[in-house]
Amino acid sequence: MSMPDLAVSVGPLKLKNPVLAASGTFGYGEEFSEIVSPDLLGGIVVKGLSLRPMPGNPPPRIVETPCGMLNAIGLANVGLDAFVRDKLPYLERLDTAVIVNIYGHTIHEYGAVARGLRGIDAISALEVNVSCPNVESGGLAFGTDPDVSAQVTEAVAREADKPVIVKLSPNVTDITSVAIAVERAGADIVSLINTLTGMSIDIEQRIPQLANITGGLSGPAIRPVALYMVYRVVRAVHIPVIGIGGIMDYKDALEFLIAGAKAVQVGTANFVDPGVCMKIIGGLTDFLKNHEINCIDEIIGSLNDRMA
Amino acid sequence: MTEDNARIIFNRQIAPKIMHMGVFSPEIASEASPGQFVMFRVSSGRDPLLRRPFSICRTLGDGSIDIVYSVVGRGTDLMSHMVKGDRVSVMGPLGQGYRLPDENQTPVLVSGGMGIAPLIFLAHAINDPGLTFIAGFSTASKIIPTDNICHSDLNIKIATDDGSYGYHGFVTDLLANVIKGRNDTVVYACGPVGMLRKTALMTIRSGVDCQVSLESTMACGLGACQGCVVPASQDVALAYFNVCKDGPVFFANRIDWKGL
Repeated sequence: MSMPDLAVSVGPLKLKNPVLAASGTFGYGEEFSEIVSPDLLGGIVVKGLSLRPMPGNPPPRIVETPCGMLNAIGLANVGLDAFVRDKLPYLERLDTAVIVNIYGHTIHEYGAVARGLRGIDAISALEVNVSCPNVESGGLAFGTDPDVSAQVTEAVAREADKPVIVKLSPNVTDITSVAIAVERAGADIVSLINTLTGMSIDIEQRIPQLANITGGLSGPAIRPVALYMVYRVVRAVHIPVIGIGGIMDYKDALEFLIAGAKAVQVGTANFVDPGVCMKIIGGLTDFLKNHEINCIDEIIGSLNDRMA
Repeated sequence: MTEDNARIIFNRQIAPKIMHMGVFSPEIASEASPGQFVMFRVSSGRDPLLRRPFSICRTLGDGSIDIVYSVVGRGTDLMSHMVKGDRVSVMGPLGQGYRLPDENQTPVLVSGGMGIAPLIFLAHAINDPGLTFIAGFSTASKIIPTDNICHSDLNIKIATDDGSYGYHGFVTDLLANVIKGRNDTVVYACGPVGMLRKTALMTIRSGVDCQVSLESTMACGLGACQGCVVPASQDVALAYFNVCKDGPVFFANRIDWKGL
């Protein structure tokens, strides 16, 4: 049989395969280039970008937890101007979808970053991180409130000339209500989940392991939670969903695709094995061949729902 | 830099809770320079999840690299049970190593505890029988035996905090005597943060060049996650350095020792 077709259309976003490297886990692509060619991936989501450079949180910023890790990097990044000047030239040479993850400390800042990225052809889409603290309302994350999430989405959609992905926080009572709100506000795609808030304590010194006290939990520990949220959001909105959360191999990726995600993002697994995205793409190809399936589209949303 | 499914040549205990491991990885061995590190995957499963960083202690012409590690947690405990012939995923060499001394500089190597490992690699690269290499340990039973690791002509002077072996006192006190009035020296240091801070402040004060190798919890080892940062000194434009990519070796005056 011929090579199965891995290409997917995630709404307006066309990808050569459904495997993306998640924001904050693949740098700007260059860091991994000795091990894996970014051109072979479905796309890369680059490190969260803000209007101004951000130093990030004091260390310790990471701690390992069972089947996962907590991070409190604090959205350290080079800022819009340095990104366009120093990081974009490398990304422009890539033959893969480049998605820029953006965030702001105010709704206005979100719009300003989106405006600053207008007219750059090398960028395929923007991914909006709504899990960042809102300085105008006491530091509560934008993404915890459906209305505020919608306002952020509107501000970005108004300025952006690219498809807008909103990356949803799992730290909410009902993720579908946020998903519906951002869909109404103009999101083209939703991606989920971001990390789950957690903490870890050093029992000898009796201090939090992270200087920031809390951090975001990622890795295989969160996969079942992520999968359930993807399953629910797929059924709640009409826009496409990108699945994220603890994907370590092609089997994990297939679970999200079968649940209805049009693509997946691989995050923490890149730290463990920098070549993991390639292995997942290879694994998906072999799975389709072995099951005599021509096209990954036949897998997406193919869950036989026991409830139905 | 390569990721290699390397074969373990030996993995033996050389002191209580201290292991010496050699793996066959010709590509990493040929590229590595002193002060660089490798990341080992300690489990093929999902727990413990992250790789562990180790300074390279030695490379041999036969394509092998050695590390010396302390069994401190579950990851290193798993490693200590690996045996000759097992395969282990090793990624490296990573990071910026030590800059070798100029012709007119006299190198002085100073280590605390496990910090001896990368300095053995450096000592072999400098390859001078008259080299000053001082190693500090808390007590005699914690001394890392180097007989099977080092060239026989390498003379490592030992200090113990409690005087149970060698010089009685901190290795930094010994260092102070060595560098006194010697502006041509360049100090190479690796060890616990307290010992490095003392070394750094002493050398900065006396205008002596000093390069330190720092340790940090790491996730990626490639500069992508920014999890392993240390604070930069005020005259550096950045707030933080990534230990994995900007280091692990830094000029001592580039680090904010108060913030570390």
